Amino acid sequence: MKPPPFEYHAPSTPEQAVRLLAELEDAKVLAGGQSLIPLLNFRLARPAHLVDINGLSELDRVYERDGGVAVGATVRQTDAERRPLLSERCPLVPLALRHVAHRVVRNRGTVCGSVAHADPAAELCAALLALDGHVVARSVRGERLIRAADLFVGSFETALEPDELVTETWFPAHAPGDVALVEESRRHGDFAMAGVARAGRRLALFGVAPTPVLADAEDPTRDLHPSGDLESSPEFKLHLVRVLVGRAA
Amino acid sequence: MIVNGVERPRPGSARRLLSDYLRHDLGLTGTHVGCEHGVCGCCTVLLDGRPVRSCLMLGVQAEGHQVTTIEGLAPSNEALHPVQQAFKECHGLQCGFCTPGFVLAIAGLLAENPSPSEQEIEEGIAGNLCRCTGYASIRRAVSRAAELSGGSRPE
Repeated sequence: MKPPPFEYHAPSTPEQAVRLLAELEDAKVLAGGQSLIPLLNFRLARPAHLVDINGLSELDRVYERDGGVAVGATVRQTDAERRPLLSERCPLVPLALRHVAHRVVRNRGTVCGSVAHADPAAELCAALLALDGHVVARSVRGERLIRAADLFVGSFETALEPDELVTETWFPAHAPGDVALVEESRRHGDFAMAGVARAGRRLALFGVAPTPVLADAEDPTRDLHPSGDLESSPEFKLHLVRVLVGRAA
Repeated sequence: MIVNGVERPRPGSARRLLSDYLRHDLGLTGTHVGCEHGVCGCCTVLLDGRPVRSCLMLGVQAEGHQVTTIEGLAPSNEALHPVQQAFKECHGLQCGFCTPGFVLAIAGLLAENPSPSEQEIEEGIAGNLCRCTGYASIRRAVSRAAELSGGSRPE
């Protein structure tokens, strides 16, 4: 239950960070560490290098652009939750954040880290998909935008290249009354067995497929084949999706 | 980094978790290690005043920050912190293993929100496990601590 050996790097600018990611073999970005450090402790991840981006203070910002709000790579979830800019312009984001683990974890965890980690049960990934937002991925080759629909390619798998750093996540602005985020978990703060993020008429399901998936409100379980686990069978997950889509309406 | 008001050297190894650095290198064994993957909350410490899991941070990441452990919470050797006093009065602990984590999580909660509602108390302590299941007394201790610190008890 201790991290395996690695070499630690603490750049202070995004330029230095992406250079390190380009030069080092088998490097992993360390942001809030609330998923990566458990993976290290369990020895499920054994990267040769950790590039700690917590010192990239210029990415600690939340600002408006292009009709939405961008959240920088080092913004903690707790801080994002309390930003008036997000609650006024992108209320689905703080709504989703309140379901992410517990307060003490959100004090350290970051919005961009959760998106880049791409847990199938992650609320923020589903919210990003429901809103049709994107991330900005930066490398020594430059920057590119990756839309949520193209970002999540598998369970804990994204379209990011190993040398790319998510510098910000962008959420389109939306009306406050027309969003919902509902989920069901065995205990408060646990990973959801199933959940629904709704932005207007767009529904994104989470916890029921390898990635968040868009669903049709009329027939939300169509083409859905969730795998069961200790907490919920596939049939139960399908049942939860039907109930939760009703609640999110 | 500053731990409980004392300047401390950088951990020798980057893979040293903050929890292990506090316990093994500094001898501050009041920080308890339960699960080492962020579930139990026993290792909670304050980082610049905010509660965090010390098992989910590398010691080197605390460089340049203020860390408060249970050993550094009381204002003096004679006085208890309001949360500690409330735990004592309300029997908020049984075996005591989870107590340091609870106390620091609650101290962080009350620092931000001096008069939490019942629901905010529930949410505030939801990230900490008490295997003696003494949650009812712990909840009472949070209300009492709010009162002792000058906030109000939930209705």
